[in-house]
Amino acid sequence: MSGIGREKNRPLAIYAVFYLAFLYLPVLFLPVFSVNDSIYISFPLKGFTWQWYESMIGNEPMLNSLMNSIRVALATATISTLLGIFAAKAVTRYTLPGARPVIATIMLPLVVPEIILGTALLIVIMQAGGTLSLLTVTLGHILLCVPFSMAVLMSRFEGFDRSMEEASADLGENAWWTFWRVTLPMAMPGITSSFLLCFTISFDEFIMAFFLGSTDPTLPVFMWNQLRFPQRLPGVLALGSCILLASFFVIALAEYLRRRSSFNSDPGAITID
Amino acid sequence: MNTVAIIVEAPRAGFWRRWLMRSEALRGYLLLSPTLLVMLGIMVIPMVGMVVLSFWTQHAGNTFDTTLTLKNYTDAFTRDMYRILFMRSLGISLLTTLFTVLLAYPMAYFVAFHVKRHKMVWIILMTLPFWTSYLLRVFAWKIILGYNGAINSGLISMGVISEPLTILLYNPTAVVITLTHAWAAFAILPIYVSLEKIDRSLLEAATDLGDGPVARFFRIVLPLSLPGIIAASVLIFIPTVGDYVTPSLVGGTDGYMISNAIQFQFARGNNWPLGAALALSSMVIVTAIVLVYVTVIRRLTARIG
Repeated sequence: MSGIGREKNRPLAIYAVFYLAFLYLPVLFLPVFSVNDSIYISFPLKGFTWQWYESMIGNEPMLNSLMNSIRVALATATISTLLGIFAAKAVTRYTLPGARPVIATIMLPLVVPEIILGTALLIVIMQAGGTLSLLTVTLGHILLCVPFSMAVLMSRFEGFDRSMEEASADLGENAWWTFWRVTLPMAMPGITSSFLLCFTISFDEFIMAFFLGSTDPTLPVFMWNQLRFPQRLPGVLALGSCILLASFFVIALAEYLRRRSSFNSDPGAITID
Repeated sequence: MNTVAIIVEAPRAGFWRRWLMRSEALRGYLLLSPTLLVMLGIMVIPMVGMVVLSFWTQHAGNTFDTTLTLKNYTDAFTRDMYRILFMRSLGISLLTTLFTVLLAYPMAYFVAFHVKRHKMVWIILMTLPFWTSYLLRVFAWKIILGYNGAINSGLISMGVISEPLTILLYNPTAVVITLTHAWAAFAILPIYVSLEKIDRSLLEAATDLGDGPVARFFRIVLPLSLPGIIAASVLIFIPTVGDYVTPSLVGGTDGYMISNAIQFQFARGNNWPLGAALALSSMVIVTAIVLVYVTVIRRLTARIG
């Protein structure tokens, strides 16, 4: 481990700090202006206020869309993770002829623009005489989440020691109890992080919800509608800051769980293939 | 006796093995079937439906003339408006991809080679902003670049300018800046992974054989990190061509992209077949570009190797 790495590279370190600032600063403008006592989003700051947060409390349409988003995200995360477990277990446990094209097909939503997936789904739903609702939004979100869930769980299952399951079977457990007492506990970190990941993706997702949603919006669509009214901007910023904070916690937790469970596995596996 | 047994057993063992393999595949596909069925229902069938619809014609109301026609595609490829939107979308995405990869590379390099402890903290730190709402991240740039936005009001209150700059927002540059920020994680992670995989002894060997840091970088690190660069470019280029939120919020009419035209045809324009043709055309163009790009890079690296 000599040669590279031991030498200090100060310009690079300075660049890294600037780059992190570039990543974080825009996002941090939201909380700053959310406590600014002015409906105009501009400098200089006028004064500190919690009023935009207080006005959120009695905002029925906003709370309604928040509940919608939570419901959609819970359903999406549950179903996508289940489907991800089936798929990841199947391709890691069994040698399947033609596994690569099958995996590639399931991963396809990662490399197709969302607007195309969304409109395609819209076409079929309308042609089949369906109506748009939170259910159709959930379908769209499942489509986006299954590849992520499968990728996370595959990296978990790949490091799986098959002999544990075999030992369980040898010691007289049947397949059912082997699954509950051996497979599931071992896969649990992966399942948790898949669930959190899918929840966050769904909770923040806009395009699918925009195309496949009805007049009963999810939170991002609600925010989108608010952006047209300048006087409501500070309220949106307050809401956005709350979401920011919540997302940070959920994702930090998910990342922590995933990295702890499979730090040596290949995060690039999510993206390539 | 033994040899006889072996001779008799051998074909049977082969048979059982093959049967087991076959049943293993069967069991695997059985386990895979719920996921495959769902993906068939919500992805494959809709895509096929979209292809079919793109050859139909919209009637007043929500009915379609189902005679097959190429009219939507000739419209998509011959009308000036769509040609401009296609070219602009591709241009914006190419620039975004280029800038995102260029900016992210040194960062990924830094974490892969110069951070010794708490790598995980750095990785989480780099990726955390990208799990917050995409809508809000894009909107943040509207706040920064806007007429009364952070940059303008900041510069005015410092006395640098007297009138707000109007060149910041509502143009393709604003779209590129915003996208470069919004998609950074998709460059950082793949590049970081490919850098992290590089066998450190190769670097030592290069140093021992007299390569300086620069030569070492170009002869070893860069070629070996190409898979990460390819993955990053593909992952950024494809979705940004079809991005709708960013051009709508910070693009203005000069920064509209093909997705705005697609959305229009599915909403007020009420010409779904044309919308489908536009969507599929952009997908085919993007896929073609990506395939050419990946092939060219692979060829080039094969020659270097």
